[in-house]
Amino acid sequence: MFSRTTATRIAATLGGVALLGATLVGCSSGASGTTTITLMAGGNDPAATKTAKDFAAGFEKANPTIKVKVDTRPGGTDGDNLVKTRLSTGSMDDVFLYNSGSLFQALHADTQLQPLTDEAWAKDVTDDFKKTVSTSKALYGAPVGTSFNGGIMYNKKVYAKLGLTVPTTWDQFISNSEKIKAAGITPVLVSYGDTWTSQLFVLADFANVSKQDPSWADNYTNNKAKYVNPPALAGFTHTQEIFAKGLMNKDYASLTNVNALKELATGKAAQYPMITAVIGNVVQSNPGQVNDIGYFAIPSDSGEPQATVWEPGGAYIPKTTTGDKLTAAKKLVAFLNSPAGCAIQNSAAVPAGPFAISTCKLPSDAPALVADEQKYQDAKQTGLALEFLSPIKGPNLEKILVQVGSGITDAKAGAALYDNDVKAQAQQLGIAGW
Amino acid sequence: MSTVNPSAAVQVTDIKPEIPPLKTKRHPIKSHYPTWFFIPVIALYVVFFAIPTFSSFYFSLTRWSLFDSKFIGFGNFVQFFQDPQLYTSFTHTLVYAVITSGAKVLIGFFLALLLTGPIVARGYLRALVFFPVLISTIGVGIMWKSLLDPFHGMVNAALGFFGLPQPGWFTDPNLALYSIAGVDIWKGVGIATVIFMAGFVAIPNEYFEAARIDGAGSWKILRQITIPLSKGATATVIILSLIGGLRSFDIIWVTTGGGPGFTSDVLASVIYKQYQAGFYGLSTAGNVVLFLLVTVIMVPVSYFLNRKTVEL
Repeated sequence: MFSRTTATRIAATLGGVALLGATLVGCSSGASGTTTITLMAGGNDPAATKTAKDFAAGFEKANPTIKVKVDTRPGGTDGDNLVKTRLSTGSMDDVFLYNSGSLFQALHADTQLQPLTDEAWAKDVTDDFKKTVSTSKALYGAPVGTSFNGGIMYNKKVYAKLGLTVPTTWDQFISNSEKIKAAGITPVLVSYGDTWTSQLFVLADFANVSKQDPSWADNYTNNKAKYVNPPALAGFTHTQEIFAKGLMNKDYASLTNVNALKELATGKAAQYPMITAVIGNVVQSNPGQVNDIGYFAIPSDSGEPQATVWEPGGAYIPKTTTGDKLTAAKKLVAFLNSPAGCAIQNSAAVPAGPFAISTCKLPSDAPALVADEQKYQDAKQTGLALEFLSPIKGPNLEKILVQVGSGITDAKAGAALYDNDVKAQAQQLGIAGW
Repeated sequence: MSTVNPSAAVQVTDIKPEIPPLKTKRHPIKSHYPTWFFIPVIALYVVFFAIPTFSSFYFSLTRWSLFDSKFIGFGNFVQFFQDPQLYTSFTHTLVYAVITSGAKVLIGFFLALLLTGPIVARGYLRALVFFPVLISTIGVGIMWKSLLDPFHGMVNAALGFFGLPQPGWFTDPNLALYSIAGVDIWKGVGIATVIFMAGFVAIPNEYFEAARIDGAGSWKILRQITIPLSKGATATVIILSLIGGLRSFDIIWVTTGGGPGFTSDVLASVIYKQYQAGFYGLSTAGNVVLFLLVTVIMVPVSYFLNRKTVEL
């Protein structure tokens, strides 16, 4: 009946699709003389996008024969899956910005990434950072951004008004909090509206755990150290204690990170267990009060609190980038920590701690809490976060801690639940002994 | 009540409720189209459905990192069933499916009765009931999340104005799952209503007239005529909403993410979290389990409901 016309139509459609495909492929091969490479931003939020775009523009200015196209990706676990998928299908951008530490380890760097051990900038990188972007075979990443700390961000004006001093023991922290509560100010901000924020009493306490038991991280990786036992259990009991003693805000179940920071900046609340990397949000929302916010490490039982440090993310080049593109990509990676690159890092993002490479220097107008962090560095009272010392992090920690911090389960039960949760991760990574 | 509704009468003649199936003789099915006509569709089906389905059965038996996979037999299934959250999420899934499905059947049935009856502004009300179905689920979730915010939400503000308690709809561990079920019902009841309405208008008016002449009251008509003769519609609503409830994910993910803690986790959200964590083999195994679960529940339900329809 209509088979002839249908056949023609189908042929035309298929032809059209093929043409379109050919056009798209044609686009990606660059014009002669210039090399075009792509750069994947560390997220799709305004700050990450702006940083990547500024890098591209600055680099093109310095290298007129190379064009850089910026690509964005989602943050969080969606981003993790996208990065892994792009790598495993051989379609990763020529340079991509991604986490260091355990997330980097999950990328199978030895088979997926170009080694950067012999690059000129490698000697300027701090040893701590090198560990977080290396395998036993090679170094794979250059630092992008500053390191930052986890601990308590506090409002200095509230502390001054109530005559409080920075606590070093957990008991002092609790007694400070009681006094703040008596003054009608929220003592400890809890913001389970963003569930990741529930983890700070545990994650930021890790330097204290390491101090007490330097081999804890290795034992944990080898299925020997557990969260149900001290010293690591402290993070869970602290989370529970804040709830049990009523030291947190009433809207803890729905408050978001950004709104919690506003309350901290304005002095409606006094203390917030957090990572200092979020100070950029305060620069956006309460620029006049950024320097009212200070930092101290999570108080410990011993009274010698250690600051837990997170290393910055890295810039990596996938194995699929070769030839001219590889040369150009390596130039771009080197540019990130050149004087021009450092200037871009300082202008596009708010520094939240010291840099991990000696070629970049903090600007004079860095937020006040950076100086507080530096004090711990100078006194050598720091330790890396667990995610840089062990590849194992259970996916449900934040949910488990929401349960503990909302009184649904107690600390011990929560810790046991988490010990079970990390098992799947260890097995997935093929670690012996699990 | 007994007035004859002209528009309904027209519809009754238009819709033939039971079309007797054409008697097919036992000879090979002859297609109206040449064989090559099906090739593109078959190719698409194989590439996008058959291959992924079968490869997912394979990958569910491996530890898969996207870069490489290692065959581990039924290890993933063992691990999946050892997940401490599995049983609570399993219970949540069943509770959620039964609540939403049951409520959609009941509310949809009575809304359909109302909206097929002679009432003012019927077209407008029909549109109103159906409207939530047209909005994207994510949009519905975000909207209700802000409406039901415990401190800044409109609903609690209104409750507070009248001096009523202001629960944390999505943040109270004992309430979260039911709040989500409520939102799901709000969104999905429109479909149920439309299916019931189609079922009701397909019942020939003569039955009602005859029943009335015999002196049957409204209640008796409802029980003896409307309910039995709309069983097909009821079966459709139950099946659709039960499947929807068992595999529901999007609205839960937007409103609570399975929280607080794990108190509103269902099977699909547990599986999604495993996928997020990079446990690709494990989450694939979870999907196979979910597929089997839905099949095990739905095949008997569907068989039972459809058998009843045929008997009438």
